Amino acid sequence: MNINLTLFGQLISFLFFIWFCKKFVWTAIIHSMEERQKKIADGLDAADRASRDLELAQEKATEQLKEAKQEASSIIEQANKRASQIVDEAKEQARSEGDRLKVAAQAEIEQEMNRAKEELRNNVATLALAGAEKVLKANIDESANRALVDDLAAQL
Amino acid sequence: MAGDTQQTGTEYIQHHLTNLTFGQHPDHGWSFAHNAQEAAEMGFMAVNVDSLGWSIGLGLVFAFLFRWAAMRATTGIPTGWQNFAEMMIEFVDGTVKDSFHGRNPWIAPMALTIFVWVFLMNLMDLIPVDIIPWLMSLGGVHFQKIVPSTDPNITLGMALAVFGMILYYSIKVKGIGGFVGELTLQPFGAKNPIVQAIFVPINLALELVGLLAKPFSLGLRLFGNMYAGEMIFILIAMMYSAGWILGTFGGALQLGWAIFHILIITLQAFIFMVLTIVYLSMAHEDH
Repeated sequence: MNINLTLFGQLISFLFFIWFCKKFVWTAIIHSMEERQKKIADGLDAADRASRDLELAQEKATEQLKEAKQEASSIIEQANKRASQIVDEAKEQARSEGDRLKVAAQAEIEQEMNRAKEELRNNVATLALAGAEKVLKANIDESANRALVDDLAAQL
Repeated sequence: MAGDTQQTGTEYIQHHLTNLTFGQHPDHGWSFAHNAQEAAEMGFMAVNVDSLGWSIGLGLVFAFLFRWAAMRATTGIPTGWQNFAEMMIEFVDGTVKDSFHGRNPWIAPMALTIFVWVFLMNLMDLIPVDIIPWLMSLGGVHFQKIVPSTDPNITLGMALAVFGMILYYSIKVKGIGGFVGELTLQPFGAKNPIVQAIFVPINLALELVGLLAKPFSLGLRLFGNMYAGEMIFILIAMMYSAGWILGTFGGALQLGWAIFHILIITLQAFIFMVLTIVYLSMAHEDH
């Protein structure tokens, strides 16, 4: 139990081991621990971000779906409207076409009738003349009678 | 009793408490001391080969184990020994952060060194007291104290290093003037310069005692605890030669004391570390 040089031997080795621990042990381990802490924190952050992103994406998808549905229903509505419009138009067209046809037919009928009248007028004179000629035979002046018959025919 | 029937109890105890000392004997020159008296005659120019050897050996064990962990340190998943080393480092780091408020990158590695090294030195106490001295005696070495912390040279050597650091950081942080002021201007202070001058020697006496008590109490606390524990192990070991009834009783005592000692050695290592941190923290505080 004597105090001797061992004291300084221990003192020096103590300082040496402190130096060794600082230089070769502490820094390396603390560094890797801090690095790992950072890595874990980053990982947790990334997980948080990913779940937030997922939520956002789901929200967006729902919204888009809703929009698409709305659009589809508006398209259907428009198509329906257009269809009824087309039907109306067709009806309208058909009616006007029918009217036009009717008018044309009437005009033709009238024309036909006029022509028949004209022909009849022409023929009546001739027929009446022929009948009168047969009745009166040669003694009747054709030109004086003709004016008379023409007058008659004009009254038709 | 190492099978030596002629040894008395006193001799046995003394034998166990004698260091293997190599030094300059006034008569024999540089040689190993053959008994405690010769070792005492060597005075200061001697080395306790066993204490210092075990101490440095255990220091190397510490250095090797933690260097190994440091080399395998990854930022990925730690395994096995690295886990343990990181746990120790986290524990020491937490303790340092709790009590040391300055910024000094040396404090935490120093605390780790103290804690693990002192723990390893204390741990040697749990090896049955006779095994290694007996093995050594087979090799012709007659004295062997395997617990370095039961040698006051070892504990006071470390305390002296801590004391040196206290002085160094006190002067570095506060300057010589600040440090001297701390020693002389408190606890008693006065506005009147004449009264203050009277207080200076009183303050110096008080503060100097306080300052010097730090390394002594630090070293002697560890030494006293370990020495007493070792002594009780030796006393218990003496029962093994006193018949099988006492021997069995001694075995039970040995087991009980060893289990209790696990607590003591850890606690003493922890106390040494914490006090060192606290002393250095005080050295860093500027008033």
